[in-house]
Amino acid sequence: MSASAGAPVQLRGLHKRFGDTVALDDVTFDVAPGELYGLVGPDGGGKTTLFRVLTTLLLPDAGSATVLGRDVRTDLWEIRARVGYMPGRFSLYPDLSVEENLAFFASVFGTSITAGYELIAPIYRQIEPFKTRRAGQLSGGMKQKLALSCALVHRPELLLLDEPTTGVDAVSRREFWDLLHDLQASGLTIVVSTPYMDEADRCDRVALMQKGRVLAIDTPRAIGAAFPRALFAVRGAPRHATIEALRAYPHLASVQPFGDTLHFSDRRAELPPAHVMREVGAWLQGRGIREVAVAPIAPGIEDAFMALMGDAP
Amino acid sequence: MNAIMVRELTRRFGRFTAVDAISVDVAAGEVFGFLGANGAGKTTAIKMLIGLLAPSSGSARVAGYDVLTQSDAVRRNIGYMSQRFSLYDDLSTRENISLYGGIYGLRDAEIRTRGDELLRHLGMEPIADALVGTLPLGWKQKLAFSVALLHRPAVVFLDEPTGGVDPVTRRQFWEMIYAAAARGTTVFVTTHYMDEAEYCDRLSIMVDGRIAAMGTPAALKAEFGVASIDEVFVRLARPATAAAGG
Repeated sequence: MSASAGAPVQLRGLHKRFGDTVALDDVTFDVAPGELYGLVGPDGGGKTTLFRVLTTLLLPDAGSATVLGRDVRTDLWEIRARVGYMPGRFSLYPDLSVEENLAFFASVFGTSITAGYELIAPIYRQIEPFKTRRAGQLSGGMKQKLALSCALVHRPELLLLDEPTTGVDAVSRREFWDLLHDLQASGLTIVVSTPYMDEADRCDRVALMQKGRVLAIDTPRAIGAAFPRALFAVRGAPRHATIEALRAYPHLASVQPFGDTLHFSDRRAELPPAHVMREVGAWLQGRGIREVAVAPIAPGIEDAFMALMGDAP
Repeated sequence: MNAIMVRELTRRFGRFTAVDAISVDVAAGEVFGFLGANGAGKTTAIKMLIGLLAPSSGSARVAGYDVLTQSDAVRRNIGYMSQRFSLYDDLSTRENISLYGGIYGLRDAEIRTRGDELLRHLGMEPIADALVGTLPLGWKQKLAFSVALLHRPAVVFLDEPTGGVDPVTRRQFWEMIYAAAARGTTVFVTTHYMDEAEYCDRLSIMVDGRIAAMGTPAALKAEFGVASIDEVFVRLARPATAAAGG
């Protein structure tokens, strides 16, 4: 997936400042045709600014951005016609009905609901029974499906989604990602930002962003594998006392709660895992922790992401 | 005495029953996860528990007070934060603290000492005069949680406190939840992050207005024979989602 003339998104040394705040700092990457590309990072990482540059709503201070082979500085009208964008905040007209919103977006792009129906059908059919309801009165999951339908109604070649699933329940999120995979299978290139690491795992590649910089770009699997130390899943009761005991462990590199376990790594990367497991188990038992269990575990993207962010305490 | 006691609590809107005879007890100092899909009735239930919405039938006591007949006393003894509404963006950090301290009936001297303590604890002293709207989301959420605890309430309600927040900040937020619970505060929290559900002492899962399952994370996983709360949630919530048309 090296740089090529055909890459739907090509970014070279993008910079953007707002006053003293650096929103984008030397951002360079390519998105390949048909790729499902994830932008992952904390709030303030630069993801939304990047989407605004890609949609020609904001000019970069320096560097270049090419979208579908066109320059964001000079070819804004062509880019806008060929890109679908779902902003992070709900941005439909709450006083218009579901159908009116969709018809409006279609007409702005010089098309009609009928012309674009095939692409949006799998999504729009789910909200069509409510087509006369005002958009402001839809549930969160239905608003999201309407917003996606509006972003797709003009049959774009590139779909840009800024945190589409924030505030959406776990089941609806899963269904939304199934839809994204269907859209990808139809040939669409998709760039999506998310704070959810399980969603990052469903991307072909992800760029981890923090404070405007790209920390890493790779497949989710490769990013996880780049975690710098051996990782262990630790259990113990009481749970919070177990965290405290691990924090007091002299060779601690990191400890983070992970579902019903704690992910722990030892600073002495050269030690055999069996040695670490024995020593940590004994340390916890010596501090009165019950039901201690320590097992090796393969690091995932969330582990790697936190390590890259600096293993905050 | 339990910090929250809910008996057959019900709320109807016209013909639609948003909350359907739910019963829950939450012990003092417990971290209770209140889960459910969008539209399952969580927000309606919480509105009744914080005294903002009258139940159609059933009863609930929060911090020892009846939510229907003693709603003022309920509101004085609880903290509340949600992702949608918590702090005023165009007030500074310190002004938000003063405003909420005043609303919760603290004296000026208390607001000053507790406010200073809060800012020091969060490491936010250097930005005490920055407008809240300029702060990163993670900081805002930590500040909102601390402000919700400023008057040392017996119970705090957190409605999706970590929505959209990065993995490191989410974990720092949960450290704050544990610390509050360790001081005896009862925490009633909703989340869409199923890994966070595993951090709760107990949790319930709402489906179509009813509580479909309740227990410790370990007991629920055993009951459904699955390895994670995520799987429990999917099994319970998926039929409901399909029936509601998404």
